Amino acid sequence: MSTRTLKYPLSESAAEILQAASGRRLADITAETARAGELSMTDFQISADTLRAQAEVARQAGYPQQASNLIRAAELTAVPNAEVLRMYNILRPGRATHAELAALAELLETYYHAPECASLVREAAAIYQTRNLLQK
Amino acid sequence: MTISRRFQLLEQRDINRETFVEPWPEAGLIVADSPADPQPSLRIEAGRVIELDGRPRAEFDILDYFIADHGIDLATAEVAMATPSIDLARKLVDINVPRAELLRLASGCTPAKLVDIIRHMNVLEMMMGLGKMRARRTPANQAHVTNRREHPALLAADAAEAALRGFAEIETTVGVARYAPFSALAILVGSQTGRGGVLTQCAVEESLGLELAMKGLTTYAETLSVYGTEGTFVDGDDTPWSKAFLSAAYASRGVKIRFTSGTGSEALMGHAQGYSMLYLEARCLIVTRGAGSQGVQNGSISCIALPESLPGGVRAVLAENLLATMLGLEVASGNDALASHSDIRKAAKLMLQFIPGTDFITSGYSAMPRRENLFGGGNFDADDFDDYNVLQRDMQIDGGNHPISEKEALDIRTEAARAIQAVYAELGFPAITDAEVEAAVLAHGSENMPVRDVVADLAAADKFLPSEQNILTVVRALQVRGFEKVASNLLEMGRQRVAGDYLQTSAIFDRNFKVQSAINDVNNYTGPGTGYRMSTERWHEIQNLPSVKSPRDFIADQIGAPCPRLAELGPAQAGTNLEVIVAVGPAFGTELIRTINGLDHEEVLEAILTGIASEGLIARVIKVYHTSDCAAIGHIGAQLSSSGIAIGIQSRGTTVIHKRGLARLSNLELFPQSPSLTLEAYRAIGVNAARYALGKTTTPVPVQVDNWARLRLIVKTALLHRHETEQILDQPPMEMRFDWEPDL
Repeated sequence: MSTRTLKYPLSESAAEILQAASGRRLADITAETARAGELSMTDFQISADTLRAQAEVARQAGYPQQASNLIRAAELTAVPNAEVLRMYNILRPGRATHAELAALAELLETYYHAPECASLVREAAAIYQTRNLLQK
Repeated sequence: MTISRRFQLLEQRDINRETFVEPWPEAGLIVADSPADPQPSLRIEAGRVIELDGRPRAEFDILDYFIADHGIDLATAEVAMATPSIDLARKLVDINVPRAELLRLASGCTPAKLVDIIRHMNVLEMMMGLGKMRARRTPANQAHVTNRREHPALLAADAAEAALRGFAEIETTVGVARYAPFSALAILVGSQTGRGGVLTQCAVEESLGLELAMKGLTTYAETLSVYGTEGTFVDGDDTPWSKAFLSAAYASRGVKIRFTSGTGSEALMGHAQGYSMLYLEARCLIVTRGAGSQGVQNGSISCIALPESLPGGVRAVLAENLLATMLGLEVASGNDALASHSDIRKAAKLMLQFIPGTDFITSGYSAMPRRENLFGGGNFDADDFDDYNVLQRDMQIDGGNHPISEKEALDIRTEAARAIQAVYAELGFPAITDAEVEAAVLAHGSENMPVRDVVADLAAADKFLPSEQNILTVVRALQVRGFEKVASNLLEMGRQRVAGDYLQTSAIFDRNFKVQSAINDVNNYTGPGTGYRMSTERWHEIQNLPSVKSPRDFIADQIGAPCPRLAELGPAQAGTNLEVIVAVGPAFGTELIRTINGLDHEEVLEAILTGIASEGLIARVIKVYHTSDCAAIGHIGAQLSSSGIAIGIQSRGTTVIHKRGLARLSNLELFPQSPSLTLEAYRAIGVNAARYALGKTTTPVPVQVDNWARLRLIVKTALLHRHETEQILDQPPMEMRFDWEPDL
């Protein structure tokens, strides 16, 4: 789906196009489908495409850093819950060696196709080294 | 040891329970302009910042790195840094300079440059700036909902009432962390009962917070704290990169994120490094923006008492709100933690955000009594709801709330408590009994709630957290139990999570469940007639306090059948026998028959005449028609009185003793406080008037002063006077016959 030029609010302009992480169209998430037991939790999860579309909305409105965050968020939709928590904890001060952070960046880049997140982790690794915030 | 009685009383005032200290820059106890604060500077080489506020890149700490590489728009930095700070300050106040231009310029400013702009501004100018720079055009408010017993029915009922009162976000937290999934669930169900679209969060440790979000139990997170020095940041167990990652993680699960910072946290945590609170906050704010957070909760928050102990502290807190808006951040502007013992000080501080309006005027108004607030806060709480609503009505300001009736509150509380009861039953949690539901509807706080089995609740919560049960299970439970509207609101929250519109800057949902953010409701203030203006409907809602009465029947008690013993004879003549004249107002005994104090006019006349007779004098009653003014009535009476002495009395009871020869507005004695006048007082007035007429020495009648009378009765006074004024006729004073014999 093309989400580049969707009009905000997307919930109003693009209910027929937007899809949940499960692939179900927003328009098909209704009281009836809920009652019929057709929905699952992934139908309530935002998709990477939608996050990228929201990133574009933020960028065009003049919030570039927020747009970058939403791009990183889009990348992280591919990462399971427990794994996201593990990654966050590794990034906290004094938790990881430089090699472990480099490995995390590699994992994000190649396995999860998350280049922006990987770049953030690499940058952190370099500065943690400079500022003595790696695991001792 | 004070010896003056006035100073002794001052010492006991609430304001003197505060701690006030002198600035101590080395300890970080200075709100702005510490000697250690750097001068603004920025050097860029090959697209990279090599010096920031006087510090070369080789000496950067983690905040400097993050600010330099993520927080500053290098394309505009050259222009911004070259613009004199005073010019930027003036642009903030200039209605002809739109928000967008200031956003652009501020994006190129270093922390020290931002602080330098503030240096030129007073609070009024900052308030102007805040009103213009707020991201969302429509202001809103946020509530805290917690209780000491962490009772789910009470949480749901309080959340529902808060939602109905207009709060756009509701935040809970827990005393015992294991309660978190249940408390998050209770305020989710409660809030969506009160009004579909209220965003909710449960403030807990980040990992747990993320887990709750992943289950769909929360829609926003503002727990992401940032600090202005490296030492404090690391003590907070984070770095700007870990926070940036965390914000992406939350957003990836469809959760709106807001960072938290605020003046004083670094000093409190012992790592201020001699910098001023405002400079450190400016660093926090640029980190917040750089990490891609849509907004910030600032305004000192839980540290508020620290800047307030210092000179200029409240100004600095306003300054940090303003700086956040200049960086394009949504601002939940504090006024949450208990900031003062003094109601005057609390209310005055509130005005700095309330009058300009912010995205969330309080970042946590305690929607229950203060002692129930597990955030330790409650600067304003449930007991202050009416005060807050009156302030909105007084100033015609939309503070995000509106009054509700007791019935509306009880109805919504009942529905919410029943809804959470149904969810507990369907999901197999320890039952919420009907008695608990009933208690939650009427409770003031936890003390009115039946005690639950804590062990069973916590065991169930432990099981719920890792289980497959989630928001969808809750939706279906509500559907099965017939709570269609609540189920539909929860489902819509799920759909909105999929659409992600509320991830944008300053996003909330309006009462029609439509997203309202800085994208589609951008603040376009450029002076009078622009920006947010209350709709007629909203203004009506804000004025309509449950305690508002119609003034039309205020004086019903003063109206009745004309006094049968008082009859008009003919035009009044000048007197010949030694006498006192009692001159009454045009409505006296006819259109109005009782004083404001509820005394029958006939009884008042009897009392006065008895007083005069007790001194052996006679009296004549005349009615003055062409004025309703007390002094004029008395003055006219004095012209006709053979002794030159007259008592003038208005229908509401206000009385004067007048003497011929005195200027109209002068008098012998004046009794302006009609509500305090008793029949005894009227009798004493009669006595004194007679003694003046007889040339005897006279002690003025003691007057009771009730300072509150005017406040209490001013509307009634105005209406009574209007009624009397309506009886004015262009005709001379008339002689009256009063059918009465002195009972001496």
